[in-house]
Amino acid sequence: MAGSPDSPGNAGFEQPASFALDAESEAEIAKLVAKYPPGRQASAVIPSLYVVQRQMQRQTGSAWVPVKAMDAVAHRLGMAPIRVYEVATFYFMFNTRPIGKYHLQVCTTTPCWLRGSDEVTRTCRELTGIKGWGETSEDGMFTMTEVECLGACVNAPILQVDDDFYEDMDAEKVTALIAALRRGERPKVGSMAGRQGSAPEGGPTTLTTLSFAPEA
Amino acid sequence: MLQDQDRIFTNLYGLHDPFLRGARARGDWDGTKALLERGRDAIIDEMKKSGLRGRGGAGFPTGLKWSFMPKQSDRPCYLVVNADESEPGTCKDRDILRHDPHKLVEGCLVAGFAMGACAAYIYVRGEFYNEAMALQHAIDEAYAAGLIGKNACGSGYDFDVFVHRGAGAYICGEETALIESLEGKKGMPRMKPPFPAGVGLYGCPSTVNNVESIAVAPTILRRGAAWFSSIGRQNNTGPKVFCISGHVNKPCNVEDELGIPLKELIEKHAGGVRGGWDNLLAVIPGGSSVPLLPKSICDEVLMDFDSLRAVRSGLGTAAVIVMDKSTDLIKAIARLSKFYMHESCGQCTPCREGTGWMWRVMTRMVEGRAEPAEIDTLEQVTRQVEGHTICALGDAAAWPIQGLIRHFRPLMEERIAAYRGRTGTPPMPIAAE
Repeated sequence: MAGSPDSPGNAGFEQPASFALDAESEAEIAKLVAKYPPGRQASAVIPSLYVVQRQMQRQTGSAWVPVKAMDAVAHRLGMAPIRVYEVATFYFMFNTRPIGKYHLQVCTTTPCWLRGSDEVTRTCRELTGIKGWGETSEDGMFTMTEVECLGACVNAPILQVDDDFYEDMDAEKVTALIAALRRGERPKVGSMAGRQGSAPEGGPTTLTTLSFAPEA
Repeated sequence: MLQDQDRIFTNLYGLHDPFLRGARARGDWDGTKALLERGRDAIIDEMKKSGLRGRGGAGFPTGLKWSFMPKQSDRPCYLVVNADESEPGTCKDRDILRHDPHKLVEGCLVAGFAMGACAAYIYVRGEFYNEAMALQHAIDEAYAAGLIGKNACGSGYDFDVFVHRGAGAYICGEETALIESLEGKKGMPRMKPPFPAGVGLYGCPSTVNNVESIAVAPTILRRGAAWFSSIGRQNNTGPKVFCISGHVNKPCNVEDELGIPLKELIEKHAGGVRGGWDNLLAVIPGGSSVPLLPKSICDEVLMDFDSLRAVRSGLGTAAVIVMDKSTDLIKAIARLSKFYMHESCGQCTPCREGTGWMWRVMTRMVEGRAEPAEIDTLEQVTRQVEGHTICALGDAAAWPIQGLIRHFRPLMEERIAAYRGRTGTPPMPIAAE
């Protein structure tokens, strides 16, 4: 778990001096707050941190949450800043330091490991030049993060790029995916082996005898 | 084997339109108003009679859980749906969210009505971004069609459904941690009692249910408790979505009946164990938290709550992780120890310190850099973590190691002997570790 936003662990990059919610973020947060009962707007803190992380991506090309953005969320939701810092550092999906353009998140938990996540990790490292977890490639294109079980285990191993899961990966598919990202393309999400969702390779063993009324 | 006409999740693989038109063609939202007109007590009674046990891991009877909600309340009541699916090996709720979301939305209305809730919050794990978008789309459709919202389905009952995304914390799958997180705090479990049915979300009566438990409810009510309880085995009724991952030829999710033999499940649906059944080493039958089973038990065991409990494991989330003879089993379990260390919320000392200690010792066990007597020490420490924490994460961290020691102690001893043979010296004594 990351330290406090101002901890020495944050050395090596600069926190922006200011952060203001832009119109798009303001509109999104207003919609989020409306989901919860009056006076319970603190419930919107996690989704609002996503909003500011996306705003940073729009404005700087790097999806992360600087301390000033946490302060802006605290102010907007009427929370003490420390409560927002706690949340931003407790939950793993908020980047409290800048990341590359693409966030490569490799699941290495046992079900993915059994299916070859070591190969996925190795290939990502070879192609990006990244040596350790949490590092960003020299060209600023990629950050690699080790993540815990992504919940798509029957399509293991998984490589998550930003919000998208790429499934049934191996060295060859990772190579193709990273090449596509470098070209600015986003391949279709899901199984890179062409499987239909979580169905067994070659087609389902069930649900083969049903037909439904026309869906036209 | 379960027949197709008895399967509930008829769009498990996303072969058809997941949204309203497709869902209606598959029978969702058919006569929902009439279901509600049966009344709260009749719905809960039917759920109780069906024998449905919670699909999130603990297997608590769902109808009974609903009945704990107050009949009269001066505070609002909430249904909270746990879609924080994060138990390693488990990926069933993901398919419901993305391919059959209307089953869940309709289930929210029916369950919420039965417990007198004014709204449902569906807490979806942060990583399921695309799944949350699909669910939100289904909810938007349901509002637009008048199925939820004011006067839901023309029933006169007002009911809202909201999606709330988490942000990458396994612990939020624990029901009280989930409530804390939903309130905008760190996901740290609460002491029980009070139970959520008395003091839950915003201090109001709440019930937290797994996605699959809620999504099967409308079908149970339509087809009847007798139909549901005729599937599976006594006290372990109904169809269930199984996730089969690891060393099988064709990993997959599949819906089949509870009580199906593990061997049949793997061979019929997942293309068998890689290299054949005799190449099987061990199976974790219910998600990473439950103790593994050696092949000798896998040969015969049935996949249901009571059968797996009888062999000192559990059905958990019905996520079957298969490991063949090429697996370094100690390393596979050590990786789970790392998972629990990473995911411990840090609130209770035995878990915060114990998960790290267990992982460090497990990494030495992987190498064999240990004393044989340390296997006993490790086992004792798991016992000191288990049952000594607010939530079950401590137990979940302890059980995989206990399973390893119970069934594969000779493997661990061999590893230690091999290390000693290689290096010629006993390992450096390490104080307290």
